[in-house]
Amino acid sequence: MSATTLPAPFAPTIFSPELAARFDKLVTLYPVRRSALVPMLLYAQDEIGYLSDSAIAEIAQRIGITELDVRNVLSYYSMLRTKPAGKFNVQVCTNISCMLRGGRELLEHCERRLGIGHKQVTPDGVFSLEEVECIGACSWAPAVQVNYDFHDNLTPEAMDAVLESYRAKANE
Amino acid sequence: MPTLVSHPEEVRIVSSRFGQGAAEIDRYLELGGYQSVRKAIDQGPDWIIAQMKASNLRGRGGAGFPTGMKWSFVPKQSAKPKYVLVNGDESEPGTCKDHLIFLHDPHAVIEGTIIAGLAIGAKMGFIYLRGEYRYLLKIMEKAIADAYAKGFLGKGIFGSQFDFEVVSQTGAGAYEVGEESALMESLEGKRGVPRIKPPFPAVVGLYGGPTVINNAETIATVPHIFRIGAEEYAKIGSERNGGTRLFCVSGHAARNGVYELPMGYNLKRLIYEVAGGIRDGRPLKAVVPGGSSTPVLLPNEIDIGLDFDQVGKAGSMLGSGGVVVLDDTVCMVDFALRTIAFYQHESCGWCIPCREGTDWLKKTLTRLHAGAGEMRDIDNVRYLAENMLGRTFCPLGDAAAMPTIAFVKKFRQEFEDHLDGKPCPHARHTVPELAAV
Ligand SMILES: Cc1cc2nc3c(=O)[nH]c(=O)nc-3n(C[C@H](O)[C@H](O)[C@H](O)COP(=O)(O)O)c2cc1C
Ligand code: FES
Repeated sequence: MSATTLPAPFAPTIFSPELAARFDKLVTLYPVRRSALVPMLLYAQDEIGYLSDSAIAEIAQRIGITELDVRNVLSYYSMLRTKPAGKFNVQVCTNISCMLRGGRELLEHCERRLGIGHKQVTPDGVFSLEEVECIGACSWAPAVQVNYDFHDNLTPEAMDAVLESYRAKANE
Repeated sequence: MPTLVSHPEEVRIVSSRFGQGAAEIDRYLELGGYQSVRKAIDQGPDWIIAQMKASNLRGRGGAGFPTGMKWSFVPKQSAKPKYVLVNGDESEPGTCKDHLIFLHDPHAVIEGTIIAGLAIGAKMGFIYLRGEYRYLLKIMEKAIADAYAKGFLGKGIFGSQFDFEVVSQTGAGAYEVGEESALMESLEGKRGVPRIKPPFPAVVGLYGGPTVINNAETIATVPHIFRIGAEEYAKIGSERNGGTRLFCVSGHAARNGVYELPMGYNLKRLIYEVAGGIRDGRPLKAVVPGGSSTPVLLPNEIDIGLDFDQVGKAGSMLGSGGVVVLDDTVCMVDFALRTIAFYQHESCGWCIPCREGTDWLKKTLTRLHAGAGEMRDIDNVRYLAENMLGRTFCPLGDAAAMPTIAFVKKFRQEFEDHLDGKPCPHARHTVPELAAV
């Protein structure tokens, strides 16, 4: 781990000025720079859609570790990805509380509606679908997250309305 | 936004500010917030820890360790800085209570973190939220910024000589990171692989310094203890189980939701009275009392008090407070399979008994559920699970094994009903496979 403080602002950067400024600050918040790694990876992914080679390279440099080390960490976390997902990533929970309330049927419904399966992306790039583990909404099951937004107590009909609202957003 | 429920038998302490707009700092102050931490500053660490011990508060993360005792294990003198770490990774299936705390009462988490810091002599606290809780992280970040602006965090908090910093942190998807030592690894920017214990976090924790790690509900409860009084708080619960806790009712109950009830509250009454019984009046088949890792209970085993000791005596665990209710439509082989599929997916792979054990259990249960199993598969499931127990660095191996053993033990006939190519007697056949990540 590098103990040297890199100059802020870090340049050149592939991220937006806002995110770059956030990263400059983030690495100073902790006793060690490396503590910023997991949040940085997630925020980078939020901005560019996935963790590209150049994003990984810049984050490695900002923290002061090797790219291999960054890849080793990111491969551990299920939310981090190295390939693009859809603009709207539909995550359907099928864990026990949701399963008892129709979570699997909801997943199958989404598969039919979107014409894609687990971790696939629609040809227009608007949606991707994922079967996920418990998302902490068990008492309001079945639950779905689209990107970071929660949708609770769903039925197939309510799910259609949710998907429609995102499709409308994509067309804006 | 998640719906809030209520019932007259609830005792609202941790949830007393839910739905009251307390995420705004001025509203939190109006509702008596940040009074407990002032008291704690005046009275000092020894008093705080004595009060915590007297409150009989036990950790709400799952293991039920007495919180006051945990804090007292931190050495007074330490060459390395000490830390407070709040565990908001909340990923145990069936559990969604910390979700509501972050949403409705983020300042209670901050106030509890400061009090824990004062008690152990830490100058910094971290609040770690699971990556999926981004909207809650935003609420938490705003609350922290507001607390800084008022001088409740930073240098000389509340005009005292104490300094205290709080940083919120996001995970990025990993159940195992909820385990305390894996959480510290993650916060240090590494893979969430557990550390060998001892040394325990109270002695060697985050960045090698003594660390108190508590669940978000545990921490959010702390300010209330100093508001109500430790003895009064203890009295609300049962013997050695102080106060109340949030129970997340899910599955086939008529009125699912998060209810706050005194420790020791009767489980049967929780299901039939508070949560309105089983939906459509169907018969109850089983109850998973404390999150997916806790052994299942049969209908004739639920006339027990919900505290760590009584549920333990009944052969299960109070766990994380996730009460999952199953009616007679559920295939228990399928349910066991879905449970083990989760642990197989989440095993970090560090310990062989957990990594291989969960994988074999998933394969065997898949075969059994599909009707291709043999009698010895049923025994093998139990044998495998029993041989995972106690053989891993962290308790994830146990968390996978314990419920599996109970499913086979208590529902053996249902496993046998799936043998000899017989189709699953329940409607569902196929189990969508979770692709390996
Ligand atoms: C695999 C695994 C996952 C865990 N997940 C969580 C969690 O999400 N939240 C939590 O508070 N505790 C979790 N725990 C328990 C923690 O290790 C730890 O005991 C707890 O945070 C201590 O806080 P408490 O004393 O306030 O309960 C988990 C434990 C294991 C073994
Ligand atoms: S089981 Fe689906 S949100 Fe918890």
